[in-house]
Amino acid sequence: MGCGRLPGGAYINNKYDLLEVCMWEYTDKVREHFLNPKNVGEIPDADAVGEVGSLACGDALKLYLKLDEQKERIVDAKFQTFGCASAIASSSALTEMLKGKTLDEALNISNQEIAEFLGGLPEEKMHCSVMGQEALEVAIAKYRGGPVPGHEHVQPEMAGEVVCKCFGITDEFLKKVIRENKLHTAEQVTHFTKAGGGCGGCVPQINALIAEVMGEQPKEEQKKPGKLSNLRKMQLIQEILENEVRPLLWADGGDLELIDIAGSTVQIAFRKACAGCVSSGYTAKFVEQKLRDAVADDIRVEEVEG
Amino acid sequence: MKEIYADNNATTRVDEAVFEEMRPYFCELYGNPSSMHFFGGQVQRKINEARNRTAALLGAHPEEIIFNACGTEGNNTAIRSALEAFPERRHIITTRVEHPAVLTPCRNLAKKGYRVTELSVDGEGRLSLDELRAAVDEDTAIVSIMYANNETGVVFPIEEIGAIVKEKGALFHTDAVQAVGKIPLNMAESTVDMLSLSGHKLHASKGVGALYVRKGVPFRPFMVGGHQERSRRAGTENTAGIIALGKACELAGQYLEDENSRVRAMRDRLEAEILRLIPNVRVNGGAAQRLPNTCSVAFEYVEGEAILLLMSEKGICASSGSACTSGSLEPSHVLRAMGVPFTCAHGSIRFSLSRYTTDQDIDTIIREIVPIIQHLRELSPFGREFLAKG
Repeated sequence: MGCGRLPGGAYINNKYDLLEVCMWEYTDKVREHFLNPKNVGEIPDADAVGEVGSLACGDALKLYLKLDEQKERIVDAKFQTFGCASAIASSSALTEMLKGKTLDEALNISNQEIAEFLGGLPEEKMHCSVMGQEALEVAIAKYRGGPVPGHEHVQPEMAGEVVCKCFGITDEFLKKVIRENKLHTAEQVTHFTKAGGGCGGCVPQINALIAEVMGEQPKEEQKKPGKLSNLRKMQLIQEILENEVRPLLWADGGDLELIDIAGSTVQIAFRKACAGCVSSGYTAKFVEQKLRDAVADDIRVEEVEG
Repeated sequence: MKEIYADNNATTRVDEAVFEEMRPYFCELYGNPSSMHFFGGQVQRKINEARNRTAALLGAHPEEIIFNACGTEGNNTAIRSALEAFPERRHIITTRVEHPAVLTPCRNLAKKGYRVTELSVDGEGRLSLDELRAAVDEDTAIVSIMYANNETGVVFPIEEIGAIVKEKGALFHTDAVQAVGKIPLNMAESTVDMLSLSGHKLHASKGVGALYVRKGVPFRPFMVGGHQERSRRAGTENTAGIIALGKACELAGQYLEDENSRVRAMRDRLEAEILRLIPNVRVNGGAAQRLPNTCSVAFEYVEGEAILLLMSEKGICASSGSACTSGSLEPSHVLRAMGVPFTCAHGSIRFSLSRYTTDQDIDTIIREIVPIIQHLRELSPFGREFLAKG
């Protein structure tokens, strides 16, 4: 656990000040489900059991499902949770939501719906709702004879490479969460999945995954203009950088400046947190993809000092 | 609900006598101590008194005290001052368990090309003097090591550390915000060059602190502007805060004995009872020399935030060494540096007492914590395994 590598970018105090940070942003519904959790315990003759997380990760959930005689609907659900208040409340909420649902209906429950059931969760705690949804998927997959989960930290039935070694989280799982929750910063991904919240060594890879997922979306909706005059092309590049790219960088405390456009080569310089950031290479790739999708396929983005 | 406040390493209640002392300096005696007229002059005299009182608690000369805003300011100032005073030296030594007010500036300086050594600690939170001896060299500008740890209360052997630092001519700074008022200090016979303290950790108000700088130690101000604090810390004085700090230091001297007898006894009883009544508990840094008021306990198979919130429901205020309450998801850097197993670190709780803590408070904490831990262990899949075995 914890490979001790230091995250890029300047240090923020709260990363180290763990004793003096408090968070009392929970809704009454979260408090209620935390203080008086529903459906705590085991079902000895459960039809489906799903287990995710570990002691080392700081939270874990074991979910038990009992089906009716036709093996269609969930008649009972119970849980055991090790974790913070929102992990316990999310588990309690999930078991309440599951009762009476068919397995297919249950699989449609998203982590957002778990959070909504509780009147919302602080973003830092969204990973608790994701954990509930994950345990549910594991339980149903196992019941249906799906692939048996491997290593306990690895997101079960999620193929792919492990990205976050601290918490054992794979790229496929991260892409799914990024897509479903429309995440666009590495910090958000940490809040939702914990990935990157340990040593921080995988933050550049998380940024690359975000860029990849973002790259998927505009392709479906955006129509690329036809042949452009040089002037129009330059205008379009500027518009995309101003309206779509820079706001995303600002969210991470970064920025970029357009230095020059020569033919299809766009020269940019990174500013603020992006300057010297270890993942600026990925950011440049992301900018390139964005411009290729919106302007022309032959655009090349070059990072320059300036 | 009456609060049972056991989080005094986070902040403390302002002593009534301190509040009475500072009260006139808002609406009545609001003069600027730098003014030439009598109205400012009377405030200046009171600030001098506060300086004498603060110096007395530290065993220092009054002119060695620079009032400032907080412990963080003192730490930043001390480190930067040493680097400016010795521009040819490019090495900083600190420890892995420092407060972020030291760790963050050091890590940011590392990004600017300074060589930073972070000394490790053992399982009980103790430093290795040999590791320090090996690290300090002619390139070392400053060694900044905390007097006592805020999370575990572990006290470092400051004088022995200072002696090693002096051999190579480096400056020695200590972040003593948790130590001042809890253990006796005497700068007159110390190896410390600079020492930071914070008012709100010793029953003064928030927003005031002081940096002790030994006479003869080169000093470069952080805040420049006017001539306040003999140009070593420009900016109009926080007059009421400084007066509060002076009074708080005077009282802290009087309460030192109480802190080391009555408060220590309450802490020891709390710890002993928790260990007696709850299985699978360890005291973080329990074998080391510690502050008399601090107790960091790790409860296996439970998570810290859940414990804190359930205690809060009963009016008990403590804090957690778990990371789940902050943006970060790993357990506290202090417990990690000590190698506390993750199973324990996630469920670590810090109780920190003060002169206001009563035996009844301790009784209540002991009474309430037992069922809380039991409840959370019953909820936990791991706790159940353990309870079934146990």
